[in-house]
Amino acid sequence: MYEPVLLKNVYVPDGHLLSTYEAGGGYRGLAKALKEFTPDEIVDLVKRSNLRGRGGAGFPTGMKWSFVPKLAGKTKYLCCNADEGEPGTFKDRIVMERDPHQLIEGMAISAYAIGAEVAYVYIRGEYVLAIRRLEQAIAEAKAKGYLGTRILGSDFNFVVHVHCGAGAYICGEETAMLDSLEGKRAQPRLKPPFPAVAGLYASPTVINNVETLVCVPQIVARGADWFRGIGPEKSPGPKLYCVSGQVRKPGLYELPMGIPLRELVEDHAGGPPAGRKIKAVIPGGVSAPVIPEPGLDVGMDFDSLAAAGTMLGSAGVIVVDDTTCMVKVATRIIEFFHHESCGKCTPCREGLNWVVKVLRRIEAGEGAPGDMEQLDMLCKGIFGNTFCALGDGAAMGLRASLAHFREEFVAHIEERRCPFH
Amino acid sequence: MTMREKIEQAAARYPDQRSAIMPALLIAQREHGHLPGPVLEEVAEILGVERIWVYELATFYTLFHTEPVGKFHLQLCDNVSCMLRRSEDLLTHLEKALRIKKGGTTPDGLFTLSTVECLGACEMAPVMQVGDDYHGNLDIERIDALLGRLRATVPETTGADLAAAEPPGE
Repeated sequence: MYEPVLLKNVYVPDGHLLSTYEAGGGYRGLAKALKEFTPDEIVDLVKRSNLRGRGGAGFPTGMKWSFVPKLAGKTKYLCCNADEGEPGTFKDRIVMERDPHQLIEGMAISAYAIGAEVAYVYIRGEYVLAIRRLEQAIAEAKAKGYLGTRILGSDFNFVVHVHCGAGAYICGEETAMLDSLEGKRAQPRLKPPFPAVAGLYASPTVINNVETLVCVPQIVARGADWFRGIGPEKSPGPKLYCVSGQVRKPGLYELPMGIPLRELVEDHAGGPPAGRKIKAVIPGGVSAPVIPEPGLDVGMDFDSLAAAGTMLGSAGVIVVDDTTCMVKVATRIIEFFHHESCGKCTPCREGLNWVVKVLRRIEAGEGAPGDMEQLDMLCKGIFGNTFCALGDGAAMGLRASLAHFREEFVAHIEERRCPFH
Repeated sequence: MTMREKIEQAAARYPDQRSAIMPALLIAQREHGHLPGPVLEEVAEILGVERIWVYELATFYTLFHTEPVGKFHLQLCDNVSCMLRRSEDLLTHLEKALRIKKGGTTPDGLFTLSTVECLGACEMAPVMQVGDDYHGNLDIERIDALLGRLRATVPETTGADLAAAEPPGE
């Protein structure tokens, strides 16, 4: 039986208060980091733990930190990406609402490692309760000397500011987030330069997801070997899985990285509603290509899902049962991407507009011969031709739906109606 | 604290005043309900930034409203996880109960009905945000109870107001 680490306090009454967090050993990781490790040793420890970014891309966290130039006196920033907008994802919200101190502790250790004295938490504006809880926790931590100047008697100074987003999915893309933080319309930047070299206000900046940062105090307290020992060695650690859709027990589950998707959906989340069968599962938010039911034995980790042609993404697991029309699901997903396209790149802005029109007419029973080929052509035209991953995610997801459920699309066109209505 | 003081306090968190435009707009919208031109100009003046910078943010981000919205802004999620748990039925019901279409505001200015992209609360789908609060695991009974509670928080209107709120021909 797996014992939760990251969600330990989440279901405890008053889990969001400093007193609860301290009683469970909270801030001991920070004390240990400041007392027993140099910043470089923390970077090295996190490298050895094989922690990979939980925001979606799975980039090795320690390596990302090591790209920050070691220039004394130069301002560096830490940004926490809490703009959780990937449909099907709600893990960071629950962590911040119910146990915000572990995020503050994670940020403090991470900032110490990279030499930053200021952090911004970019949190989506809809998350009003999480924003309040985090602000309250920052005030508590400041009063207790976990934030501020000369933290716990060390030379380390660190402050955390909350910056509220205002409803734009694209802000989850790290360079668009930086533009948004600078007070601009959120549009992705061309890389290089990478944020570690020239990020916020052109200063070296590390951007990490909430869940990535909350793993850090655990790694410091329990060691890199402990972390690497949970799940696959190259993609290890405790993992938060968000399960939603047509399943009996939707919710947030903490389990080892790499558990089979089938076990997560059927055992932990209770399987599909009575009398229905699972048709497909989207494993990592709507940017992740869909997996048809026979493929559910895949392990939920970065490498296994990549090998299966999809991705772990944000671990937003969306379950679709056999009463649901896949054309309708695909249409809704592309409508989302079309709405959230920032408009910078033509293939994404115009291509998705075109895809939405074709999908809507197929779903309405007004599809025409040649529509399938047009969709294939549009996926090809968008993929790889945009600044950021938004267009890629849309095209990859649609390509998978077209490949795995082609007969459903064709049936809509041939029967001139939706077979599910 | 006045709006100006709140904005100046928020601006102190950044080395560049331009970064404070977003927090300032959120503060101003809380104060005024929405963000008409004169409010945007005031924000620009308080921060000492270009007016165009303020306008371009107010029109880019979906949480900013340059037009008035109802006292209660019902924001129903209809993204995939909510759609799979029948948010469409709730939209139809809300449109009927409020006698407005998606995007509309009731004539008494009480309710605006919108659909929104994923609210990040799929574990309690279907979900709707009203003001600062999330309401989850919704069905028609819960929607009706919620509408009743929201209506009960506003003072009784006069008969004349109610008659005026009825759309003609119904």
